[in-house]
Amino acid sequence: MADTMQTTTKSTTSVGTGQAEGNLLSRFFRATEIDTRMLGMIGALLIIWVGFHILTGGLFLTPRNLWNLSVQTASVAVMATGMVLVIVTRNIDLSVGSILGFTGMIMGVLQARLLPEMLGFNHPAIWLITLCAGLLIGGLIGTLHGAIIAFLSVPSFIVTLGGLLVWRGATWFVTSGQTVAPMDANFRLMGGGTEGSIGATWSWIVGILACLAIVAAIINARRQRKRFHFPRRPVWAEYVLVALGCAIVLGAVWIANQYYWPVNIARRYAEANNIAWPEGGLFISQGIAVPVLMAIAVGIVMTFIATRLRFGRYVFAIGGNPEAAELAGIKTRWVTVKIFALMGVLCAIAAAISTARLNAATNAQGELDELYTIAAAVIGGTSLAGGMGSIAGAMLGALVMQSLQSGMVLLGIDTPFQRIVVGMVLVVAVWLDTVYRAKAK
Amino acid sequence: MTEPTNPLVEMKNISISFGGIHAVENASVDLFPGEVVALLGHNGAGKSTLIKILSGAYKRDAGDILINGEQADIRNPRDAKKFGIETIYQTLAVADNVDAAANLYLGRELQTKWGTLDDVAMEANTREVMGRLNPNFKRFKEPVKALSGGQRQSVAIARAILFDARILIMDEPTAALGPQETAQVGDLIKQLKREGIGIFLISHDIHDVFDLADRVFVMKNGKVVGHARTEDVTKDEVLGMIILGKVPPGATPGPGAMKVA
Repeated sequence: MADTMQTTTKSTTSVGTGQAEGNLLSRFFRATEIDTRMLGMIGALLIIWVGFHILTGGLFLTPRNLWNLSVQTASVAVMATGMVLVIVTRNIDLSVGSILGFTGMIMGVLQARLLPEMLGFNHPAIWLITLCAGLLIGGLIGTLHGAIIAFLSVPSFIVTLGGLLVWRGATWFVTSGQTVAPMDANFRLMGGGTEGSIGATWSWIVGILACLAIVAAIINARRQRKRFHFPRRPVWAEYVLVALGCAIVLGAVWIANQYYWPVNIARRYAEANNIAWPEGGLFISQGIAVPVLMAIAVGIVMTFIATRLRFGRYVFAIGGNPEAAELAGIKTRWVTVKIFALMGVLCAIAAAISTARLNAATNAQGELDELYTIAAAVIGGTSLAGGMGSIAGAMLGALVMQSLQSGMVLLGIDTPFQRIVVGMVLVVAVWLDTVYRAKAK
Repeated sequence: MTEPTNPLVEMKNISISFGGIHAVENASVDLFPGEVVALLGHNGAGKSTLIKILSGAYKRDAGDILINGEQADIRNPRDAKKFGIETIYQTLAVADNVDAAANLYLGRELQTKWGTLDDVAMEANTREVMGRLNPNFKRFKEPVKALSGGQRQSVAIARAILFDARILIMDEPTAALGPQETAQVGDLIKQLKREGIGIFLISHDIHDVFDLADRVFVMKNGKVVGHARTEDVTKDEVLGMIILGKVPPGATPGPGAMKVA
């Protein structure tokens, strides 16, 4: 208490004496415009990571575990980006796990049974046709849900609760409960694994392109603000942001490249390509996994949609005040339909990732994923009261959830107990967020 | 200006009912360019409902709306905006989780040639309009939720001005404001009036609007009691119209006037 009193008096006196004094930390955050809430989440994530690292005796923060963590997060992270828009408009989607199961099963049957008969086994077009069909079906299911919610005025909770049962049942119906395997070889790349990663060179190329994009985005934003004579960030703050962004990107690439192919696979590869087996083993970097790249791409596209397009602006306006949005002339019902259609498409992408990873489509695929997806969005700062949320936050939320699970698996904690912990963490996270928001007001 | 100009808005014999209750029955009002018309009545008298028909929020059951003497087909808020009708609502004015610029352009966002939001241009225009309206307004980057009542109201008014409204509807525009902010809104109304904009002021408090208005329409139980030029009647007489439905000699009686035995 005394601390805060001191800083406030200091900052009031510093107004007269100049900008040099004052709270250095708060000045830093104001200048860089970094979201402190997001920073808190990253802090929590780091605590979880370091905590598990110590508890597991150094098993958690290894390239291998982090790489696996990134692959495991991808599917839920993809769906969480859509769940943000759903929750922001004061809706909920309980059917995402079932849509994932159904589209996954359809894609499984297409690529493992129907298409090989028509095109031949492992035909190069199979994965693409399969994926497109999955996206289409996911989109149609979402559109149906959205239309019922928007035009028949049935609450989204009920519509998607129905959808949860209907599509899970439909998943079973497609093959009478049989598991479909194996998946097409090209399709399987979407699941990660040794083949489904892009290797060291390409990982570095992707990393460097990302860094260039960060620099370009910051320069562009600055130029725009200059053109209209708006207040700008101090130059040092821009440099800090660039350095921070690039360090995170390149650090992640470096870690992904530190994870090498398993010895057996490397040996087989060496034999197949007539490479002499060197002393101490052959180290081939996995690099970034394809599903992770897909999730990042989805995150970027969804952020673009949410912040740069009219549609995204409408989503947030509807969440903030549905009546005002309606009176401003926004076609709120169509926006709702589009949100759920988008959610359906994202479920299909997640289904592709998860069936490819499992190398099978089962009728239990995606069970409970709706809850993990909602939890990820909510932990990531999406307010169930509507109007607030960010795509990046939700993806980070998915990472937090997956980190907890992965860490508990490493610790050898039983599955029932894992659920108890995840459930409690969800409640505590939302409570902390409520406290934060109350203070921010 | 020798011959009387056409009315800007004419609402003729408007009726609407909700589940058997006649919220508005056979009501007619009109508005001329550069005129301020106050619509008075108790809560539930039907004035807000009548005006929401004009702004497209409700669909009328019967009656005609004429804009500049021509039939206007207003079915939703977008239609109303096409006729230059802008509405400032008492409570539902803004989406308070987005910033001022986003609210000003809500539903009519400026886009770049790529089809993305041109936030910079929108913010620039917002700064210009708000600078004219309320020079003290500085919080462009914050959600509207963080603003005071007066600031929020000026955002709502700026929105109407930005799109060259010809007909402005203000539903209890000063209800949430302090005395100084109320005076500001009053000045603003006079300024808009000079520009030839027709303004409907809706209020249940006669003191808010009597001095600003050129004419008053009084509603009671969904019907128009009568209308009068403010120079022909006193505040007390108008109060009598609001409370009892008694029409003074200076006013023209409507369908809702008290029957004199």
